[in-house]
Amino acid sequence: MRPTLEVTPPGQAVRITGVRAKGALRRRLIEMGIVPGARIVVMRIAPLGDPMEIRIGRTNLSLRKREASTIEVAPADEGAGAQGRHRHGQR
Amino acid sequence: MDRDEHQDRTTTVAIAGNPNAGKTSIFNALTGARQRVGNYPGVTVEKKEGECFRAGRKIHIVDLPGTYSLQAASLDEKVARDFIVRERPDVVLDVVDASCLERHLSLTSQLVELGVRLVLVLNMSDRARAAGQVIDLAMIRERLGCEVVETVGSREEGIETLVAAISTAAAGELRAIDIDYGNEINTAIDAVLAAIRAGGEGRMQPYADRWVAVKLLEEDPEARRLLWEHHSGATAVAALAGEIKKRIEGHHGDALPVLMAERRYGFAAGLYREVLRCEPIDRQHLSDQIDDILTHRWLGIPLFFLFLYALFSLTFRLGEIPMRWIEEGVSRFGGLVVAHWPGWAGAPLKSLIVSGVIDGVGGVLVFLPTIILLFLGIALMEDTGYMARAAFIMDRLMHRIGLHGKSFIPMMIGFGCSVPAIMATRTLEHRRDRLATMLAIPLMSCGARLTIYSLFIPAFFPEGQRATVLWLVYVIGVVLAVVVVKLLRSTLLRGETTPFVMELPPYRMPTAKGIVIHMWERAKLYLRKAATVILAISIVMWALMSYPKPASYEVDRRIAAGAAVTAEQAAAERRAEGLEHSAAGWIGRAIEPAMQPLGFDWRISTALIGAFAAKEVFVSQLSIVFSLGQSDAQSLSLREELRHRYSPLVGLCVMLFCLIGTPCVATMAVTRREAGGWRWALAQFVGLTVLAYVVTFAVYQIGSW
Repeated sequence: MRPTLEVTPPGQAVRITGVRAKGALRRRLIEMGIVPGARIVVMRIAPLGDPMEIRIGRTNLSLRKREASTIEVAPADEGAGAQGRHRHGQR
Repeated sequence: MDRDEHQDRTTTVAIAGNPNAGKTSIFNALTGARQRVGNYPGVTVEKKEGECFRAGRKIHIVDLPGTYSLQAASLDEKVARDFIVRERPDVVLDVVDASCLERHLSLTSQLVELGVRLVLVLNMSDRARAAGQVIDLAMIRERLGCEVVETVGSREEGIETLVAAISTAAAGELRAIDIDYGNEINTAIDAVLAAIRAGGEGRMQPYADRWVAVKLLEEDPEARRLLWEHHSGATAVAALAGEIKKRIEGHHGDALPVLMAERRYGFAAGLYREVLRCEPIDRQHLSDQIDDILTHRWLGIPLFFLFLYALFSLTFRLGEIPMRWIEEGVSRFGGLVVAHWPGWAGAPLKSLIVSGVIDGVGGVLVFLPTIILLFLGIALMEDTGYMARAAFIMDRLMHRIGLHGKSFIPMMIGFGCSVPAIMATRTLEHRRDRLATMLAIPLMSCGARLTIYSLFIPAFFPEGQRATVLWLVYVIGVVLAVVVVKLLRSTLLRGETTPFVMELPPYRMPTAKGIVIHMWERAKLYLRKAATVILAISIVMWALMSYPKPASYEVDRRIAAGAAVTAEQAAAERRAEGLEHSAAGWIGRAIEPAMQPLGFDWRISTALIGAFAAKEVFVSQLSIVFSLGQSDAQSLSLREELRHRYSPLVGLCVMLFCLIGTPCVATMAVTRREAGGWRWALAQFVGLTVLAYVVTFAVYQIGSW
């Protein structure tokens, strides 16, 4: 089982390796630019523990953990345009 | 130039684009105050249109709902797509947040595939430039064949250039561009295209045959309609498309429309790389820093409730003053009319005008300051971007009951007044979520119901218990709302929860102009639609409570027989008897047997009929029916009367019934408008009344053991 987005702690940058979602959810993710190869930074988790906020491109998106679990990721190398902000994990 | 010459040169422009791209600011900059809100035919989606007169032409502008795509998967998308495809506007503006160009080009590519006279508007270009982004505008023009303009909508920069571009585009040709979907799908498209052309080329003008081929594979209903209506070999073509779809879907294990969306995104990404000259530095510190506090793990929720509390106290405190003016004004006006009423016009007509029309209108107007202030608060939250954070914070809770995070704020507003709350459900994208929220909002005990509680609670409960009872009533309302939503989501409004993928736009300083327009739009809507219905029904209510009148009054007979009765007392008794004799009184007595198991007698039942007009009317009807003349909730004698006649249990039951059932006319009128028909408003009425009956019955029966 490949690591998925919902277990990625806040502050970490990852690269998408696969999108397992199907149908309407998948289409929605694609519309927002969540496709293999894209780079995501996890920003924070909501106070009640769900959903999570991610940064993709120059957009901040909110995703439920269940939806995030359909996105396979791998650690991203720090490249140009990286945010380099670290924060304590909220979980 | 006079009007006629303008008519001939009207250019229709549709504004499309992602949500949060600043479409509204562009629309406002172009139309100023010349805008109005209506509905798209047959659906409950808002249609914003306006006009502007520039460079010798009249431009009619329609601001389409913000969408991420034109696939017709959600109602907003369908409406936007249908407008462009069916109404064929002369020019389409594609408003983009210049900082999100890459993602946005996906929508742009759908527009160019369709073939429209496009103007690409790179809005918020100041932010993109500040981040170091440089786009090759000439390359965009070359690749997409469209005009490109950079603007800053909120500061109205670039608008003149935009208008010039619209003129140029309107005079130009329609161009459609073929999107590269990859070998497999391209071949499929060619095959379907060949089949279409075999039956005759150009049958589906003005749509390009290739576009229809692409859309057929995407299961687009509009394309199918075009095919069946205009193509002789429709059956064969449809069959071929279906076959090909199955084959490809078999290979990839997902629906063809989704695969095509993926390819389209790849096309857009490639296009972006071609036109990007300098990559922007990712920098959004301020907005993120604000979010660090506002969505903080421990601070986030308290701050949120603090903002809500501030919204409510400001609304009700500021709103009180104009409310009092309006009440004063209405009663003075009524007094004037009564004083100057011409004798020949007759008393019934006078009563209709004064008690029916003037009081009815007054009832509507008195709502207005509170509603406007609540709308102001909502506009502020939406335009700054905080609304999205509120949904983000509350989603987990909402998700548990089957709703969306965006439902939370409308439900909170419901504690103030159901009318703006129901109108606030427009932010919910999917009809199911909207309906479920709308139907449950009346259970959030609104401000008007407070007048009833402030009469009944002191009447029946000692000082120490009062706060607890009030709290109890509110809590019961919330609990029932949750139950109702869960029930609806498992019966009438069944279905999967919609994906929560939601954009959190950067915080923005809203413009005063934008907020005022935003707020004024809503207020106008309320006045126009809800108000007329409320007025009509108020008049009906008045008639029910005033007619038929008794031929003679008992108190008059007593006076004739020598009893000593003060003029005031006599008037009060006459009113009481009038109410008893009226249609409302008759109904009250007729349903008494049904209401007895709830502990209600005919007097309460009669007064409850007035509750539908407005909650305050319930209180005044109660005092009339007890011959106390017209008094309000503060009346001590009414309290005494209630305490003598009924038990605290009945008092509680009345409050519960008013909490759950009796949605006021304004609520039902707004529900009808937002849900798109009387059917749902009626369902709300019936459902809530039945629920009220059942709960009150249970409480009374159990309490009477």
